[in-house]
Amino acid sequence: MLTPEEVAHVARLARLDLAPDELATMRRQLSSVLEHIDQLNAVDTSAIPPTAQIFPLRDILRPDVSRPPYPAAAMLANAPAAADGCFKVPAVLDGEG
Amino acid sequence: MADRDLCYLALHEARALLDAGTVSSLALTEACLARIAAVDGTLHAFLTVTADLARAQAQASDARRATGQVLSPLDGIPMSLKDVLVTAGIRTTAGSRMLENFVPPYNGTVVQRLLDAGAVLLGKVNQDEFAMGSSTEHSAFGPTRNPWDPARVPGGSSGGSAAAVAAGLGYFSLGTDTGGSIRQPAALCGVAGLKPTYGRVSRSGVIAFASSLDQIGPLARSTRDVALVLQVIAGSDPLDSTAQPVPVDDYAAALTPDLRGVRVGIPREYGLGTLAGEVGTAVRAAIAQLESLGATLQEVTLPYSQYALAAYYIIAPAEASANLARYDGVKYGFRAAVTGSGADSAGVDLMSRTRGLGFGPEVKRRIMLGTYGLSSGYYDAYYKKAQQVRTLVAQDFSRAFAEVDLVVGPTSPTVAFRVGEVDDPLQMYLMDIYTIPANLAGICGISVPCGFAGDLPIGLQILGRPFGEATVLRAAHAYEQATAWHLRHPALPVLPSARLEPLQES
Repeated sequence: MLTPEEVAHVARLARLDLAPDELATMRRQLSSVLEHIDQLNAVDTSAIPPTAQIFPLRDILRPDVSRPPYPAAAMLANAPAAADGCFKVPAVLDGEG
Repeated sequence: MADRDLCYLALHEARALLDAGTVSSLALTEACLARIAAVDGTLHAFLTVTADLARAQAQASDARRATGQVLSPLDGIPMSLKDVLVTAGIRTTAGSRMLENFVPPYNGTVVQRLLDAGAVLLGKVNQDEFAMGSSTEHSAFGPTRNPWDPARVPGGSSGGSAAAVAAGLGYFSLGTDTGGSIRQPAALCGVAGLKPTYGRVSRSGVIAFASSLDQIGPLARSTRDVALVLQVIAGSDPLDSTAQPVPVDDYAAALTPDLRGVRVGIPREYGLGTLAGEVGTAVRAAIAQLESLGATLQEVTLPYSQYALAAYYIIAPAEASANLARYDGVKYGFRAAVTGSGADSAGVDLMSRTRGLGFGPEVKRRIMLGTYGLSSGYYDAYYKKAQQVRTLVAQDFSRAFAEVDLVVGPTSPTVAFRVGEVDDPLQMYLMDIYTIPANLAGICGISVPCGFAGDLPIGLQILGRPFGEATVLRAAHAYEQATAWHLRHPALPVLPSARLEPLQES
């Protein structure tokens, strides 16, 4: 069983703000799934290479030709906030807000 | 012809009527739109109906046909697209609050290929959020219902696609399959659904879940229809370097009425001889049917398939945790309100609150699982171990396909379950026990209807070699020609309590 501290640590790594009841549910559910996953320990993989890609692929190249970029306005159309042709975010440095 | 009959034509039958001048694309489109208006309040297959666009595309198709300039066998054919495929100027949500108002600036490669082929877009269909789920209950916009019994799920994550096709709301749909998300809903809704080989179809413009597993494929009411759609979407793409430059077969030409010379493998580990219930009975009968069509049967062994689910639930969430890192509230999508400034409140808090509020519970579970499996101290024990087991699962299939051309079995261990019935995440994950190995191995597979338990469809899964879609389609087609399961359509009762208004395009 994962500890509450481990679950909170992983949530912080994943940048997920979870309410206390969500953390408790997550702890129970993740522990149950990890218990199932632990059956992998029954497999001897000492001589088995991990899969890096499923089919051997050669380098696939295309002509290095520039294409017109999307207009800035199209890229900003879905932004939660934009100003002066840029994405706008809250100030991250104190004193510059 | 009554609208319902028009709506239940197979794609290739509708195409024949268009070619003969018996029906117009606009008539097909109006019949589908009318049926969506009549039944989708019950089903909730559609998240967005693009009625005006569909009519304009249908009229353009009819005008082309009048001058003899038909673009493809799909010209004028109404379709739907899973809402994980980006469509220029048309809201694309991936079933998530995070993308509730996202309007993509471009078309995905497969979307563009279908539009260039003249297909008519009826709208975008529902799915589990970011394609994570096996029931379509994890859509942020509410579940889709199974046309055979609206109290039950359509499967998932491409549940909107499967329900739409089964209910006669369009002649085909595109879904995506990361662990079974085309094949399992196809089975539960009684339609044909193909997961192509990894690299057969470009993934450019599919909102990413697990990039080493995701693949786009068609769902339709016959295997011939699936073949016609695959022909248009398959092939390499400068925008996806994993879409392999392997020649695309002529899939319709591969369809034959018999299976002489085809060797069919039955995995010993599936225990099919003693598999209980109506799923076991139906799949055993289907295998006997394949033999009577000329196929030879042979037992094969897939000893590591039993570990595929465990490996998948490390690998897929690990990739998801990386792919979904992009939803940070900065460039597009939902942003939570934060107050204050400084690195923590404006940086970390903005991201964490945006993600905490924007993602639903299943997506959060997968991100947590993936982050855990990749985190310092656990990487070797989980992620590396899972990728080693993936190698063994793939080797199982390589060995089997040295002896046989196809591997068959059930698509899903059960028929459609009730909405709300499976509420434990692990139990839901186990619904994909027969479909996940193919994703880990990268091979192709189809589900076709092979019987019923009462009114609920059962699916037969036929798996093939990498880039062996032609043989898979050949077997599925021959089986369909010898049976009539795919010709049954749901009576579609209306449940007043399940009535939901589809979101109309503004």
